[in-house]
Amino acid sequence: MNPVYYLYLAALLFTIGAAGVLIRRNAIVVFMCIELMLNACNLAFVTFSRMHGNLDGQIIAFFTMVVAAAEVVVGLAIIVSIFRTRHSASVDDASLMKL
Amino acid sequence: MSAVASVHSLWTVAAGVPGRIPAPKIEYAQLAPTLIVLGAAVVGILIEAFLPRRSRYYSQLLLSVVALAAAFAAVIGLAAGGFGSSKAHLAAMGAIAVDGPALFLQGTILLVSLIAVFTFAERRLDPAAHGRPGDAFAPQPAAIPGGEAERAAEKAGFATTEVFPVLLFAVGGMLVFPAANDLLTLFVALEVFSLPLYVLCALARRQRLLSQESAVKYFLLGAFSSAFLLFGVALLYGYAGTVTYAGIAEVISDGARQVDPALAGTMGNDALLLIGGALVLMGLLFKVGAVPFHMWTPDVYQGAPTPVTGFMAAATKVAAFGALLRLLYVVLPGMRWDWRPVMWGVAILTMLGGAVLAITQTDIKRLLAYSSIAHAGFILAGAIAASADGISSVLFYLAAYSFVTLGAFAVVTLVRDAGGEATHLSKWAGLGRRSPLLAAVFAVFLLAFAGIPLTSGFAGKFAVFKAAAESGGGWLVVVGVISSAIAAFFYIRVIVLMFFSEPKADGPTVAVPSVLTSTAIAVGVAATLVLGVAPQYFLDLAGHAGIFIR
Repeated sequence: MNPVYYLYLAALLFTIGAAGVLIRRNAIVVFMCIELMLNACNLAFVTFSRMHGNLDGQIIAFFTMVVAAAEVVVGLAIIVSIFRTRHSASVDDASLMKL
Repeated sequence: MSAVASVHSLWTVAAGVPGRIPAPKIEYAQLAPTLIVLGAAVVGILIEAFLPRRSRYYSQLLLSVVALAAAFAAVIGLAAGGFGSSKAHLAAMGAIAVDGPALFLQGTILLVSLIAVFTFAERRLDPAAHGRPGDAFAPQPAAIPGGEAERAAEKAGFATTEVFPVLLFAVGGMLVFPAANDLLTLFVALEVFSLPLYVLCALARRQRLLSQESAVKYFLLGAFSSAFLLFGVALLYGYAGTVTYAGIAEVISDGARQVDPALAGTMGNDALLLIGGALVLMGLLFKVGAVPFHMWTPDVYQGAPTPVTGFMAAATKVAAFGALLRLLYVVLPGMRWDWRPVMWGVAILTMLGGAVLAITQTDIKRLLAYSSIAHAGFILAGAIAASADGISSVLFYLAAYSFVTLGAFAVVTLVRDAGGEATHLSKWAGLGRRSPLLAAVFAVFLLAFAGIPLTSGFAGKFAVFKAAAESGGGWLVVVGVISSAIAAFFYIRVIVLMFFSEPKADGPTVAVPSVLTSTAIAVGVAATLVLGVAPQYFLDLAGHAGIFIR
């Protein structure tokens, strides 16, 4: 099977994630969309790795997973703390600071 | 059968003798600055775990100061050993560059962080609650603001001394960021310094709602932008088949070369290069705070605890511009006819946008945030000069600007009223009558921001604009000077407000800082004046440091 299809899939997933970040209002869902974008990156890395015949891309995919996990730790901590204060995880409610 | 074997040969090995994997060669001595800082951060975590609460503050402070000073000494040692010029090379199997720009920026970051630690450790400003001094950070950040748990934590005298190791982790990432010599290291370093900053933003003692809001915004937008950066890395990897800077630059410079007909679709595919390069640049421009990607800056600068804001404004900018310079000058010089027009537009938008939006601000921290956006534009104007002068002028500007910023935010921490810091501009009216010394110091910083001669801001702006003009950026310089004039208007307006208007009866008080914040402000003033009056030595230093290794 032509590996280029996986690249199209990666681009599609990335776009879905980016659109979700811009459209969705719940901080958790926004965050999940960001994770989807990172996973799309991983798919692209692995596909390119297959196409080039070297393993760099697969190694990078592991690094990405570790970084994404660290990001989850920090991100959920921040979102939970703001949820406990405001009883809402909507990114629209967090608007104390405006121009 | 044979087709399967050839495919599987990529990731399987015939049973039998496994290939010997050579151990990587790591030059620990040359990586010493980073290793010292990260090691101290780990020790700081252990201090949190094992030392009794009352002795944590002093041990953390001592550890941070010693570690940053030692790391700075290591940078000086490396520079004196010729690693900045003749012996510059790639350490850690080509992942980290040890060269002039890297050492110069690492030295700047370390000095700035050392001063930032002083402002983090200040405990005299907040009125003592229950007989114990309070710093700028929440006693127990996990507790609900104003809730029972928080009051109990305050009464028990808790303090978030974790900020010191968290700061050190961020500094460790920032040290790697401008020295990263492959895209994977770049991405990991970006996250290593961003994640601690997200946490630090949420820790303010006063106005926790603003603080948490700024942390959420910074985190979501920061993660969003780093996802874009990562996708750019993936596309560049697809383009070049490698993530090392030198490897990508090589493929760019002879793009027609085809290694293998099967790779014709990816290797040397210009669409991958252009989109990938643009996405990576986007991620970096976000960290820098350049205009289409600047939306987070004012909110985060306003909401974060002021010592954190000062650290972030100064050190992040240095690190991010270092990485941007290396990317533009080492990886993408072969396609500068593609990125220069785009970056021109970004620089012009950033300069004008920052200056114009700052005029409408009524909060001193937001005003400084927009001013930092305008300054990012000035630095960009030098960075895209694509000449040796461009590199050295940017290095000098970053060093000069970071000390001014840190000092200015340290002054902001001192002007207080019952609700904490009095950041609304109307409250600063008549401050010059009430506290002439503080107002004079702040005026020096504002004049340096505005680029008035005899301050470091003038020397930096002159160097940057000169480099831009010499490389054919005449219009860029014209726009730069115009936006400097716009920016000067609101800096001068604050000075006028402080000195020539009547103080209000219920105005803020100026807290008397301990020696820590005083040192930070004094160093800021000294650096501003020394770099302004006698910049030549430092310009030469930046000039000698301005050569990247490939």
